Amino acid sequence: MADMKIGAYVCQGCGLGERLDTKALALVAQKDGKAHIVREHEFLCNGQGLEMIQKDIAEGVNRVVIGACSRRAKAEAFSFENVAVSRVNLREQVIWSQPATEEARELTQEMAADYMRMGCAEAKKVSAPIPNPEHGTDRRILVVGGGVTGMTAALEAARAGYDVLLVEKTGALGGFMARLHKRVPYREPFADPQATGVEGLAAAVMKDPHITVFLSSTTTRTSGAPGRFSVDITTESGQTRTENVGAIVMASGFTPYDAGKLPEFGYGKSPNVVDQAGLEALARDAAVKGEPMRRPSDGQEIKSVVFVQCAGQRDATGTHLKYCSGHCCNTSIKQAMYFKEQNPDIDTAIIYTDLRTPGNGEDFYRSAQRKGVIFTKGKVASVEAGGSGPLSVHFHDLILDDKAATMKDVDLVVLATGQVPNSGVNIDVPVGAEDIDAGKPAEQAVSVLNLTYRQGPDVPQLRYGFTDSHFICFPYETRRTGIYTAGPVRRPMDIAQAVEDATGAALKAIQSAENASLGRAAHPRSGDLSYPSFRREGCTQCKRCTVECPFGAIDEDEQRYPQFNEGRCRRCGTCMGACPVRVISFENYSVDSVGSQIKAVDVPDEFSEKPRILLLACENDAYPALDMAGVSGHTSSAFIRTIPVRCLGSVNMIWITDALNSGYDGVMLMGCRHGDEYQCHFVKGSELANYRMSKIDDTLKNLNLEKDRVRVLEVAIADIGRVPELINDYAAKIKEIGMSPFKGF
Amino acid sequence: MGDINTAMTEQYRNNFLKEVEANVEEGQWVKMCMQCGVCSGSCPLGPAWEHPPQEIFMMIRAGRRDEVLKSESMWMCTSCYNCIVRCPRELPITHIMHGLANYAHRLGLAPKMNPTRRFAKMFWNNLTKSGRVNEIELSVGLYFMDGFKTGIARAWAMKDIGIGMLKTGRLNPFGFVTHKGCKDKKGIHKMLKKAREIEDRRKGFAA
Repeated sequence: MADMKIGAYVCQGCGLGERLDTKALALVAQKDGKAHIVREHEFLCNGQGLEMIQKDIAEGVNRVVIGACSRRAKAEAFSFENVAVSRVNLREQVIWSQPATEEARELTQEMAADYMRMGCAEAKKVSAPIPNPEHGTDRRILVVGGGVTGMTAALEAARAGYDVLLVEKTGALGGFMARLHKRVPYREPFADPQATGVEGLAAAVMKDPHITVFLSSTTTRTSGAPGRFSVDITTESGQTRTENVGAIVMASGFTPYDAGKLPEFGYGKSPNVVDQAGLEALARDAAVKGEPMRRPSDGQEIKSVVFVQCAGQRDATGTHLKYCSGHCCNTSIKQAMYFKEQNPDIDTAIIYTDLRTPGNGEDFYRSAQRKGVIFTKGKVASVEAGGSGPLSVHFHDLILDDKAATMKDVDLVVLATGQVPNSGVNIDVPVGAEDIDAGKPAEQAVSVLNLTYRQGPDVPQLRYGFTDSHFICFPYETRRTGIYTAGPVRRPMDIAQAVEDATGAALKAIQSAENASLGRAAHPRSGDLSYPSFRREGCTQCKRCTVECPFGAIDEDEQRYPQFNEGRCRRCGTCMGACPVRVISFENYSVDSVGSQIKAVDVPDEFSEKPRILLLACENDAYPALDMAGVSGHTSSAFIRTIPVRCLGSVNMIWITDALNSGYDGVMLMGCRHGDEYQCHFVKGSELANYRMSKIDDTLKNLNLEKDRVRVLEVAIADIGRVPELINDYAAKIKEIGMSPFKGF
Repeated sequence: MGDINTAMTEQYRNNFLKEVEANVEEGQWVKMCMQCGVCSGSCPLGPAWEHPPQEIFMMIRAGRRDEVLKSESMWMCTSCYNCIVRCPRELPITHIMHGLANYAHRLGLAPKMNPTRRFAKMFWNNLTKSGRVNEIELSVGLYFMDGFKTGIARAWAMKDIGIGMLKTGRLNPFGFVTHKGCKDKKGIHKMLKKAREIEDRRKGFAA
């Protein structure tokens, strides 16, 4: 933009006029902030106030500083086309966070004046973002996997009017669902197994004019970004065609856990021990022949069946799956009913430790009990398989506490072995190392998507090999923008859940393709137009940005410079925080835009007894918590100066050294929880920030400063009462260690 | 006693469960127990039970016929109905306990000296004799059921209450002689006999 013209506006509404000397604030904006136009208004967000600002914009103002409420309030009213807006939070975090007493007036006014200076300083360094020029406009959806999840996702996307490409590895649609005899009921009264309906679903997919199906095919190369993915689809015979798509749904499903790893349960020793998939095959065969199910070893009549729940699951020893697959209790109930349907006199016992029947499974469970399926709470120790003869199941009866309980003369044992996700290559495991979650060497994994991303060929895994980014807060999201996982590859689930999952993922994929076509960000900064750019001349090719980007957005070009794929970027700024030479910036958020705010604060001298504490607060959780603390009437220290950051991951170390060098007495960082139970909206941002901050001690030592001059804290959005306490504790600590020796240099 | 008493019951097969379903009052509910243990936790006499209701249900499913039927546990139930009120599966637990006790008694497997069983027998005989309870006969019978000496001791311990009841006309000391019973005793005896016949036939007890 050509000439910079700053307009600063101070609101007098919501009590600001009574609590603050707004005239003095306007003067600060003019004198210190170098604003070209300065105005006060008694009610800035009403029609008259906004009209006043619009008029100034029409006359050339292109940077607007609003001294009023938090940026989280009135966001729509205070957004002006092609104008960068800086919001100065005088309401929630100044007058509402300070006591309304005459004694507090001076400090409150100082706080407000500093925030006005910071707002004007920021305004000088930012400009209104313009959409990413490299955005793609392809809106087709690629679905990888032709099971129930993939087929549902394809149909849902097609119904919403989008063209879909469906790639299935095998020669037919259906996936695991096609291997089932019947499914767990999904309709009232949830009493009996129901037909899967897989044929109808597959026929609907084949018939849909919006869906193109590629059978016996895999995705052998995937490159690009949302809106402009380029995918190679290769058939078994080696023919490849390249297609362009806007977004991807990965529904690669699961593989049953290998029952061969459970010799103690007799699998492999007797044909009369099967896994759940094996039983479905038995039931299907029998149904096709129109005969009852028979003992696999000798075709004898079945009189007694035992189901072993959690076989190789929820294993604390580390040998087998650590997790619960969720569906197996309902599946065993369903399979027990196959036998009760065949002959109610067949004894069917389900040995479980904790019966878990999600969805409407509780009704299904009751129905099974009514039919005479017996549920025994116990832990199976072993299955004794004497050749082709009957089996004995030894278990610990947990109700009667009988460690030597035995079920004898059992004709068939069914093992509930659980789901292992088909998630491809675990890119976090170094080549040659054992992937503990997958239970097999990493190099044996075959990639699903074959991404050409620098960080690896598949979607990063969250836990136990499942490709999610957060089970609760953002389902379907992965750490690869525009690629959504659904079904049992995301987390263990049954058909009903997979259908719901597929629908959600299809909608997310559509959203992503649409956002990409407008050059906008996807979740969680949905609609953000800014994107990172870097100053090539200054780059040292250290590769920290390419390695640390939580979303794998940054590749390398031929000359080994970082290559930003704006479409893949979530705009967290982790690359900006990582860059040691500070060449990465956004139009409206940069090292300079925050740095100049830090420097704009008026730092009183050593003898004033007025310390200055910088608080860098994550805008997703900590900053709203601070706002709400003000709303709830919690007061906190007046020496705090808060700057919202997109993520703690975007915090560049230079901000902290600058702050300490320019006389701040302390620096607080408030971000989301990291680690296994993380709450970071950018998954790895707060973790990376914490890692970087763990090295701050050296910097402090070099500056000859106390360790307590920097404090990193985890804050959740609900910590409304806790946040003021944290601030006051820290202010007290600063008082205790004394003022910084760096003032006035 | 019928053959049913000596029938072999295999462990963890459904024979005994089916027997209970067929012969025990409300026995068809046993399979519906989901082993949450709320009944056992709710029972005011819980610690006094050898096998709380949850365990009894599991033992039935595990085919431990003798252990269940010879148990003193069901006889501990005081019919407070806490378990019925709290059971999330709405099992009539109190009724099942009484049903099991009754079944065990009819099979002759119930513990002979169990005081609840003995009192219940005494009460039943007292009641059915005249169609109405003879209170003085029942209380004296209860006090003296373990012999003369303990009887005197028990009566002495209760003397204040007894005198109070006498004074307020709540206890008739001449009840041994003046107790009249209800009208048509013969009709009642006939009715009970018929009911017994029907039950024996249905549950396979020898007459």
